[in-house]
Amino acid sequence: MFEAILLTVITASTPLVIAALGELVSERSGVLNLGVEGMMIMGAVAAFATAQLTGSPYLGILGGIIGGGLFSLLFGFLTLTLVANQVATGLALTILGLGLSGQIGEAFVGMPGVRLQPIVIPLLSDIPFFGRVLFSQDLIFYMSVALVFGISWFLFKSRTGLKMRAIGDNHGSAHALGINVVRTRYLAVLFGGACAGLAGAQLSLVYTPQWVENMSAGRGWIALALVVFASWRPLRVLAGGYLFGAVGIGQLHAQLLAQSGGIAIPSQLLSALPYVATIVVLIIISHNRRTTLINTPASLGKPFVPDR
Amino acid sequence: MKKLIIALAATTAMLGGFAGSASAQEKKKICFIYVGSKTDGGWTQAHDIGRQALQKALDDKIETPFLESVPEGPDAERAIERMARSGCALIYTTSFGFMDATVKVAAKFPDVKFEHATGFKAAENLATYNARFYEGRYIQGQIAAKMSKKGLAGYIASFPIPEVVMGINAFELGAKSVNPEFKLKVVWANTWFDPGKEADAAKALIDQGVDILTQHTDTTAPMQVAAERGIPAFGQASDMIAAGPKTQLTAIVDTWGAYYIKRTQAVLDGSWKSEQIWDGLKDGILTMAPYTNMPDDVKAMAEETEAKIKSGELHPFTGPINKQDGSAWLAAGEKPEDKVLLGMNFYVEGVDDKLPK
Repeated sequence: MFEAILLTVITASTPLVIAALGELVSERSGVLNLGVEGMMIMGAVAAFATAQLTGSPYLGILGGIIGGGLFSLLFGFLTLTLVANQVATGLALTILGLGLSGQIGEAFVGMPGVRLQPIVIPLLSDIPFFGRVLFSQDLIFYMSVALVFGISWFLFKSRTGLKMRAIGDNHGSAHALGINVVRTRYLAVLFGGACAGLAGAQLSLVYTPQWVENMSAGRGWIALALVVFASWRPLRVLAGGYLFGAVGIGQLHAQLLAQSGGIAIPSQLLSALPYVATIVVLIIISHNRRTTLINTPASLGKPFVPDR
Repeated sequence: MKKLIIALAATTAMLGGFAGSASAQEKKKICFIYVGSKTDGGWTQAHDIGRQALQKALDDKIETPFLESVPEGPDAERAIERMARSGCALIYTTSFGFMDATVKVAAKFPDVKFEHATGFKAAENLATYNARFYEGRYIQGQIAAKMSKKGLAGYIASFPIPEVVMGINAFELGAKSVNPEFKLKVVWANTWFDPGKEADAAKALIDQGVDILTQHTDTTAPMQVAAERGIPAFGQASDMIAAGPKTQLTAIVDTWGAYYIKRTQAVLDGSWKSEQIWDGLKDGILTMAPYTNMPDDVKAMAEETEAKIKSGELHPFTGPINKQDGSAWLAAGEKPEDKVLLGMNFYVEGVDDKLPK
């Protein structure tokens, strides 16, 4: 049973981790995009539609990435080229995404979905327990793991990553050094959108292979919170995402076990547990002010107009 | 966004209300507030099918604007009030959680008629309507007891309100009428609408050993999980056979259309009165989806029970019934009053859960 629970946790956590990683990159470059929920749902509908029309869940994944990415470019154009307020634009993006996806998806409502099948990795999947849990997963899970380590390496070990973090910390100085702030931010926003789209694809191809309006049901907002929770560090996003997923699934089992044991625990309290856990960890993390300050991109959310 | 557009349209209509009062008189506005999206495949979709039937039946006399995905809570009051101001003659608020908001707005707009689904608070201009879903759940319980090898079913519940508790009890009573040892496990998802969470709840129940699944949430996600894991399940609010062609045993299908037409006609005639309507299988406000994926004898039993409930021969809540703790609730042959059912806040014997307070 433990194995089954773990598999459920992975399914529930993966979209959170992926969307949060994308937002992390965007925020590290200094752009606060509150439109994660909107980009995610656009990814979900694009992935579902593509998979339905082509019959291939893999093209579906691609569709989700492109859907989320294209949608994020709208945000990029408004906030980076037209220098609109990032918070307002992000919120508008979410509202637009929820509505637009509903419109696009109307034709696909009630259709049985195309499920993304797991890829069983030879040899590794024969390892007892871990083999089945970690190496018999679908492509999106493997991508999520690759993203965690890839982004970690990119941000803290690569030259481009260093430049990007410099922009996020002080776009004025970075600009003076000759780094192209706007172009880098465009790429970061696009990457964030693509990740949110991939997370959406996971929802409509793996988690619940169907299209239902609003099916992201607030997961984009949780991903946003995870970035702050993780103090802008990829490995902590992974930990935070799985903590949230595990507590969320765990509380369902806790309800059932409490029932069998005849213990009365209010289910409302248990449902609130993932959020409580998140807040508690957040308090513990922010206890150390210095590390928080070091990790927070100082230019986050500030508009940048290059002087010519 | 759609919500926003409709809201804008409603506001515009309100502003233009003075100029265009002549045209407004031609077509009465019959308005709907939905808690989910109109294509959720479940609860809200059933209401929207009812709305479409209404529009079709009285097409030359009415228009039927609606607001979808209105959250229960403070937003609901604003949404209902906006509808009331926009000149609606009758407003249907279609979720239990809209109750207090509807009561408040109804008090402010005495000339507008309100109808609130599944609630229990009425007023001069506020009627309530509901379907006796428990009748369908009793039949489901009987089928579950026949089909489950372990005698253990899983129930995905939304919120601990009387409507849901009543459904759980009816299911258990139906099951026990076939197998007195039948047990029911309940998981509270604390949401009406979240495909992911509903699927998680379904998986949790199956992992804990149930071999048949039923739900009181709005999407087809649990049906899909049941299909994947190869256990049978029951649909909710709409026929969910598309999500589980080899999985769905039957579904409680809400058919609000005839009711909406009847009551709207009453508004047009001026004969509308505030009533508390609670119709059942015999009135056709709920129907059972075709009995599928079960042996013929189970199907025959289900059909017989359905016929008995329709004829009034069988009331699912007929004593002797004990409460969960074993204390007596109904004596042999005794039937509860409707208001007791509508305020139900306790489990009957056999439910394997402590009711959240």
